[in-house]
This record gives sequence, C-alpha cells and structure tokens, in this order.
Amino acid sequence: MDKPRVDELTGRETMGHEFDGIEELNTPMPRWWLWTFYATIIWGIGYTIAYPAWPMISGATAGLLGYSTRAEVAAQIDAHEAANAGLTGALLTQDMAAFDPQTDLHRYAVARGGAVFRAQCSQCHGAGAAGATGYPNLLDNDWLWGGTLEQIAYSIRHGIRNETDNDAHWTEMPAFGEILEPEEIAAIAEFIPTLPVSGGEGSGATLFADNCASCHGEDGTGDREQGAPNLADAIWLYGGDYDSLVETITYSRFGVMPAWGQRLSEADVRAVAAYVHGLGGGE
Amino acid sequence: MNDTADSLYAAREPIFPRRVYGKFRNLKWAILVVTLGVYYLTPWIRWDRGPNLPDQAVLVDLAGRRFYFFWIEIWPHEFYFVAGLLIMAGLGLFLFTSALGRVWCGYTCPQTVWTDLFILVERWIEGDRNARIKLHRAAWSLRKARLRLTKWTVWALIGLATGGAWVFYFADAPTLARDLVTLQAAPVAYGTIAVLTATTFIFGGFMREQVCIYMCPWPRIQGAMMDNDTLTVGYRDWRGEPRGKKSDPNAADCVDCNACVAVCPMGIDIRNGQQMECITCALCIDACDDVMGKLGRERGLIDYLAPSDAPREQAGEKPRPNWQHVLRPRTVLYTAIWTLIGAAMIYALFIRPEIELTVAPIRNPTYVTLADGSVRNTYELRLRNKHGTERMFGVHASGDIMWVLALEGSPYHAVPVPADETLRLRVYVTAPRASGSATASETPLRFWVEDLANGERASKDTVFNGTGAGS
Repeated sequence: MDKPRVDELTGRETMGHEFDGIEELNTPMPRWWLWTFYATIIWGIGYTIAYPAWPMISGATAGLLGYSTRAEVAAQIDAHEAANAGLTGALLTQDMAAFDPQTDLHRYAVARGGAVFRAQCSQCHGAGAAGATGYPNLLDNDWLWGGTLEQIAYSIRHGIRNETDNDAHWTEMPAFGEILEPEEIAAIAEFIPTLPVSGGEGSGATLFADNCASCHGEDGTGDREQGAPNLADAIWLYGGDYDSLVETITYSRFGVMPAWGQRLSEADVRAVAAYVHGLGGGE
Repeated sequence: MNDTADSLYAAREPIFPRRVYGKFRNLKWAILVVTLGVYYLTPWIRWDRGPNLPDQAVLVDLAGRRFYFFWIEIWPHEFYFVAGLLIMAGLGLFLFTSALGRVWCGYTCPQTVWTDLFILVERWIEGDRNARIKLHRAAWSLRKARLRLTKWTVWALIGLATGGAWVFYFADAPTLARDLVTLQAAPVAYGTIAVLTATTFIFGGFMREQVCIYMCPWPRIQGAMMDNDTLTVGYRDWRGEPRGKKSDPNAADCVDCNACVAVCPMGIDIRNGQQMECITCALCIDACDDVMGKLGRERGLIDYLAPSDAPREQAGEKPRPNWQHVLRPRTVLYTAIWTLIGAAMIYALFIRPEIELTVAPIRNPTYVTLADGSVRNTYELRLRNKHGTERMFGVHASGDIMWVLALEGSPYHAVPVPADETLRLRVYVTAPRASGSATASETPLRFWVEDLANGERASKDTVFNGTGAGS
C-alpha cells in the first residue's frame, strides 16, 4: 500500500490508493459504531442461547429461557378460560329458556358458540350457516326438530339418526318406491306443491292422506316430534321441484348428524345452541 | 489524525463547547425552556370531559383506542388526522429547511435541546471549556471522580424525568405517578422509562454530535431542501480573510481568535464553509459578534446569509433583503400545501358528526328464504356514539315500503348505545313473498340512525339482495 497522501483541497488524508486518477479520502467510521456492531453480534449469540434457535435433526435447541410460542398461546388460553370461568359456570347452570339476549352471558355464549360453530359445524352447514342441499339452513325460521334454544341444544347434544347416542332424534321415512307405483308417486309429487289444503280432491290428495299425512300431517305442515318436514312452506331441504319430490318419495331421505355431546363440552353445546338460535331463525 | 491510516475506525474526539452570550443563545434558552416545559408539563393538564371520560388534556389511550387532545377526541377510524398532522410536520420541516436551513436541528430538535441541557449541567459542575479540558486530561483523582459522579447523577436524573414524562402521555398521570412510586405500575411503564432514561443519558451525555452526524438521516436529506437562497449560518470569508492579529495591517476582519470554534457544539470550524456537521445553532454568530463588538468592528462576520448573496457582497453591493430569499416558488408551494392540508383537517374536524354508522351486509349467504317465502337480508351495523352520555338510537331502513325491519334481541326499532362506544347490532330486513325487492336481484337500501335525543342523523347506503327470480 502506498503511503497515504494529504489531499490539498480538503486537507484530509487519502486512503493511499488510486484508480484512473480517482483517489478516496480517508473517512473513518466512528469507533463506537464498531463496538455497537460487536455488541449486536454478542447479543445475537446470547439470543440463540436464550431462545429456541439452532435447528437439530428433530426440532431445535430449546433455549435456556425455555420460551415457546405454543406454551405462550396455551398460557393465554388458560388465562382467558380462567377469566371466563364465572361465565362458563353460569352458562352451564343457566335455564336456557330464560336466556336474556341483553346479558354478558348471552354475548359470551354467542361468541364462544360462533368459534365452535366455525370449527365443528361449518363443514356441513357452511361458514355462514346457510346449509346446502341435504344440510339444513340454520338462518331461516324452519326447524325440523324445533327451534327453541332447548330444542336446538338437544339436537346438537344427541345428534340426528346416529348409532352412537340412544337419545338421538330418530325417524326414517320409508322408501315409497317399494310401496307405491310410479304413477302414484307422480300423483303425490304433483299434489304436494298445492299444500296446505286438507281433504283435497283427486288421487294425489287421497294418496297423500293415506301414505304421508300420518307423519307430515293432513295439511302437510309436518310434525316436529318426528322430524317430519313441513311440506307446505317455502323451504325445501332437497328441492321442491317435481323431479326432486319424485326422487325423495321414491328413495326417501334422511340426514345424519353426530351426537356433539360426545365430542364437545356441555358448555360448548349450549354456546353453539345460543349461537345458532341467534342467527335469525330462533324461536 | 495521523494514526487513522492504521485503523479504519476513529475514536470520538470530545468537544468542550465554551459558554456564549448573545441573542441566538438567548433565543435557544427560551426555546429550551418552552419545549422542555411543554414536554414535561403537558400530561399534567386536566380537561373535564364529563363523568365517563378521562380528564387528562392530552392522552393516548392505547387500551381504549382513543387519542384525547383537549376538546378533540380521535377514534381509531379517524387516524387520518394523525397521518395529516405527520404530513404537515414533514412539510413544515421542508418549508423551514428551504427557507432557513437546519433551524429544526439547531433550535428545536430534542437531541439539540437535551444536549444543550446536559452541557449546561456539565458547565455548572465541571466549569467552562478550559476547566473541562483540564479535567478531561487530568489523571483520575478523588476530585475528578466526585465531579464526574455528580454530573452523571444529574444527567441520569434528567434522563429519568424524560422517560418518566413520556409514559404519562399514555395513562392518567397522577394515578400512574402514584403507581410508579409505590411499585404498582405496569412493567411496560418501568421498561419504557428505563429505555428512555438510558437513551437520554447516553445520547445527551456521550453521543451528542455523533447522533447528528452518524445516526440521523435528516442531515443527508436536507441537501435536497436547501438551495442558494436558503438563509443559513455562514462566514463572510471575503471580509475575514486573510486572518491575522488586530495589530497586523495586512489582516482582514477575522482575528483568528477561535471563539467560533470553541463554542461550537459540533466541533467544527464554520470558516471552512458549509459542512454536513453544522446544525446551524448560530452560537458561532453570537461568539463572533461578541468579539467584533469588542474590537469595534462591524458585526456579522459570521451571520445568517444566503449563498447567492456572496458575489454581490464581494462586489460591494448590498445583499438582497431577506424576504426576497424566503419568498420563492418552493417556499410558497410548501406553505400552500401545508395550509391546504391544515385547512382540510380543520374542516373535517368541524363537520365530524357525533353519531356515526357503518353497515356491513352479511353476504354469506346473500339472502335467506323464510318459511312463508319471504326473503330476508342480514346486516351488521356499527353505531358509534361519541357523546359522553348514553343515547337512544333509532334505526330505520328506506328503499321499499314493504320491508319489515327487526333489530337483534329487541322488539323495538331503537337501541341504547352506551357513552363513547361502538355498538354492533344485527339488523334483519325482510321483504314479503313475491314482492318487488324479494324477487329483484338488488334493491338499493339506505340505513338511517337517529339520535332520539336531538334528532341528529347519519345514513349509509347498501343494497338488499333478492332471489333474482323476477329480474
């Protein structure tokens, strides 16, 4: 390296090198900057010792402080549950028929139920609870097994037509394809959209009264005791057009829902019931 | 500097600014008192807002998501006011820098103000420049240790007060002060105070000019804001050179007394011309004017001057008046934009309603068919009551006379909204079976809320979704 030269114009030392006549002035970095740099390195090393950092064959070094984001989340969840313990207790003991929507308890139940719904129920009933063909829409005011809070909670707790819960709602519509002739089924399918009329004329009305009215009622308004759908309203779980009705009568339909009482806590069941009841169709 | 060739890094050379008297020094003392006073005292000003709201005049309530500034209350969705203030602050900085150079740096920057305060303490305890240089060079002794320790203690106390004042902006000051003393305040309060105490202590006591030269981006940006008409601290070298003793007949006005260098907090020689290090604190003007006055020579050898005046002055003409330097398209433009934003914000502030409504239509699903064939839409309304008292809000929907409105959990068309809160409310709008809006794909809908106490109203437009069968 050449001996540093003092630049005439600025009176400053040069770095002692020159490229095509261009020289560089010596502008040293402040020394504290270097110390800061070393301090960050030491801090970085300390950090990897204190916190999980170095990848191993499975997992990573745990770090001396034993910090883990999972443990932190778990602690936060525990803290929230502890803070909500009073509300959870009230939720379990509250008479659901007397659930006041203006209370903190109700707001807590709806918020908790919404979280459970999105995790457990939305797969079939949809994230917006609008359901799909064969999966009931929970937003409307038509209920197969009853729309009060207690009835909704029962349906959730025990489920529909499952093998695991003896208290599950259980009725099955016969497949009328094995009982009636296709022409008779066609006549019923043509009659159903004219409901509610009781004691109507014609073969469709007669066949309906003989085969269907025992469950769906003479006026076709259904029977919630048996989960028999109301055929006189505007809501069709499997479609209300002629072809869908023929298919439904011929092969019968029945949906299945798990007994959520076996999978969720009672508090969660009640919370989901409150959430579903509050979606707009609750009775 | 000879040893720097061996090392890529240079140690800080301590600077011992000498005491100076003069108009700029007095101005800086006044600004120091005012700015520090504002900073330390503001959290203690009380402002009555009614029973449900805090009575601190300036409060950033992070947990409650409110910013209180005297009679103004900013909600999170009104954060554009803060953004606007920041833009105005930036433009103000541009304006002042283009007109007067680095006045922000020299007079009002916290780094400058606190450094000034720290140097003042230093002088009180260790003496003026020469005494401090002597003490710096002296070997460690009991006296040096005592002086150093006293100085550091006072600095640390100032730092503690600085960090302490900061946290009072974020919580009720008297309560927090009591909690801090009784060790019951939140850990974050102590942590914030500790960090700010440490940074104040280090930046004001030991880093000083290093912060301006190496850490602050503004000295580098300012070059774009300044031009030849910018009034900035400079040396009239045509008057001062060649330097020499008063008795030297060949010498010009500068007597090379080094007063300008001795008082400089940045440790530079202004006679070398404009430098990146110069924060234009104007103390060299005071120092030089003092000397010139004693020598009976014209003041202003070092002065605020515009570089564009240099040739005129060298030719013996009078410099152009200051207003001609200040008033130029660039400063006019900055002022115009600054004023425009300020006016727009004041306007927005005054037309701000006390009640507000936002509507989020629930579009999963877009509509629900009910058992009787009617079609229902659900909307989530947010009703904001900015009053300090609970208000009854009436809710209406207009667009189709057939619509039936229902509020969640209420048989009425009105809900109480608590003071200073936002209420989330589900609202159901139902169109009868086969009605126009039930079968159309979309029908415009306007929600109204009305403060039943005073008739103040707010509205929001949205749409009602039907089955689309009739369109």
